[in-house]
Amino acid sequence: MASIANDAPQHAGTYRGLVARRLMVLVGLGVLLLLSVAVDVSLGPARYALPDVLKTLVAPNTVDLQMRVVVWDIRMPMAILAVTVGASLSLAGAQMQTILANPLASPFTLGLSAAASFGAALAMVLGVALFPAAVGLMVPINAFAAAMIASLLIFGLSTMRGVTVETIVLLGIALVFTFNAALALLQYFASEQALAAVVFWTMGSLTKATWGKVAITAAILAICTPLFARRAWALTAIRLGETRAAAMGVPVKRLRLETLVLVSLLAAVPVSFVGTIGFIGIVGPHVARLLLGEDQRFFLPGAMLSGAVILSATSVLSKALLPGAVLPIGIITALVGVPFFMALILTKGRKAW
Amino acid sequence: MVRLALEGLGARYGKRSIISDATTPWIEGGSLTALVGANAAGKSTLFRRIAGQMGGSGSVRLSGADQNDLRYMPQDTAMTAALTVYESVILALKQGASGWRLSAQELASVDHVLHRFGIAHLATRQLPELSGGQRQSVSIAQTLVTRPKIVLMDEPTSALDLYRQFEILEALRRYAVDTGAVVVLALHDLNQVMRSCATTIALAQGRIVAAGDTLEVLTPDLIRQLYGIDSRVERCSRGSPMMIVDGPSSSAHAAGHC
Repeated sequence: MASIANDAPQHAGTYRGLVARRLMVLVGLGVLLLLSVAVDVSLGPARYALPDVLKTLVAPNTVDLQMRVVVWDIRMPMAILAVTVGASLSLAGAQMQTILANPLASPFTLGLSAAASFGAALAMVLGVALFPAAVGLMVPINAFAAAMIASLLIFGLSTMRGVTVETIVLLGIALVFTFNAALALLQYFASEQALAAVVFWTMGSLTKATWGKVAITAAILAICTPLFARRAWALTAIRLGETRAAAMGVPVKRLRLETLVLVSLLAAVPVSFVGTIGFIGIVGPHVARLLLGEDQRFFLPGAMLSGAVILSATSVLSKALLPGAVLPIGIITALVGVPFFMALILTKGRKAW
Repeated sequence: MVRLALEGLGARYGKRSIISDATTPWIEGGSLTALVGANAAGKSTLFRRIAGQMGGSGSVRLSGADQNDLRYMPQDTAMTAALTVYESVILALKQGASGWRLSAQELASVDHVLHRFGIAHLATRQLPELSGGQRQSVSIAQTLVTRPKIVLMDEPTSALDLYRQFEILEALRRYAVDTGAVVVLALHDLNQVMRSCATTIALAQGRIVAAGDTLEVLTPDLIRQLYGIDSRVERCSRGSPMMIVDGPSSSAHAAGHC
């Protein structure tokens, strides 16, 4: 048996090289994110020079009050919310794709976004609160409650016997249609004013960003990320197929349920704050997969970073395309993101999904 | 000495009984054991039951090893993950660990198993690019990288060409000899079984109909019972036993075949 020879091991070195390259990619994404956030903060209806903006960030007390308010209380929350929301939706999409073994799984395709839109519309059109809340918070809380109801439905279904991942994905798609139809019905009966509000909300927007929303989304990321990180090897193994993973000792069913709970939180909260920005949940993970592969030690931070970079860059574009106006970010994500995404998939031509 | 025995093992899917009262004598480590039987005889279910992936009656007795030393390799399925072969073997090694770091020793054991099963040249290839046979070899490396003492492999050679079948079975036999492990392989080629496996377990319709020394188990009568095939077992010119197939059995209701 000539080919089974005891050559000196040599691939450990090659592998270490691969790891080093991947770390560089992660650092690169991090740098890109910083640049994008800096540009994002420097752009807006009021024209400030970039050095002045940076000065405001580093030493806020040296600039005048108006500039301080614009940069710190309006632009910074928006820019950082783009980062936390992008990272959350992308991470949610990444883990949905992982546990459901489906490249199309995302908060958008599983009905969470549609449910959130419906919940928000309930508040805006009928003034119905799904959960007793202050009027000012009714829209986001309704959106969150509806998204959680949708994910609980999916969660409940996946605990049932004999339910496969394909069934879960199909149920998700059924939810999308159901909530979209319910939303259309609400819109049909809505007043003109309420209709405008609903349409604007479903387009997705970062303009209502506050530090409070930034803190909440960041806190959820801070809770979920370490929980995923601890399960990195098991989550990666699940991508080899359920039987293989189970044979390696991965508690497949439990891991899937735990992940669904975390993913629901990760997706529902951002969606309730910024509306429908569906695309990030699919594209972010795919970009990370193409750049870094699916070892979760790199894929997990990679998906978060690429989602954050994409949404932050989109935020820049939404301000830069029409001077003086901020276009709804959900529209830009899809319009600019799709061609880029297609190019990436078609040129890379990997067989993995 | 590592040993494995089954005692009245049963397994069912819902109300349908797949395995019933599976009992074997002690199966000794250090050589290969074959599990033979027709399609749907319950081979995969028996493996999954022994591996603890499904519950049921009876017990699996282990001596010189515990359930943690057991690895089960399921039948070959596609792998779509964006991972290299090398990464996929690391993954198998690190299951159960929560830390992210890899020691030089761990990487060395990955290198070792890839060399041992003749797939070192595939180390940097992506899983979805592999052929069926290459994938099967990678699965074997994934299964053995932790150096388990009890190994159950479901048709490990079904996608391999003739040369690779010999190569892999020889590597598996050497693994059993070196580690003293109990290595049970579900196999269809009875001549491969006679050549490589010291012990054979025969399964028909969820029941173990024979277990013991391969040449004593694989008689023309048993082969007819298992597969509905008439055959002879003869010594070839080199002296090793060969099964010669004469054709489908004339007796219409051969057990275990549908």
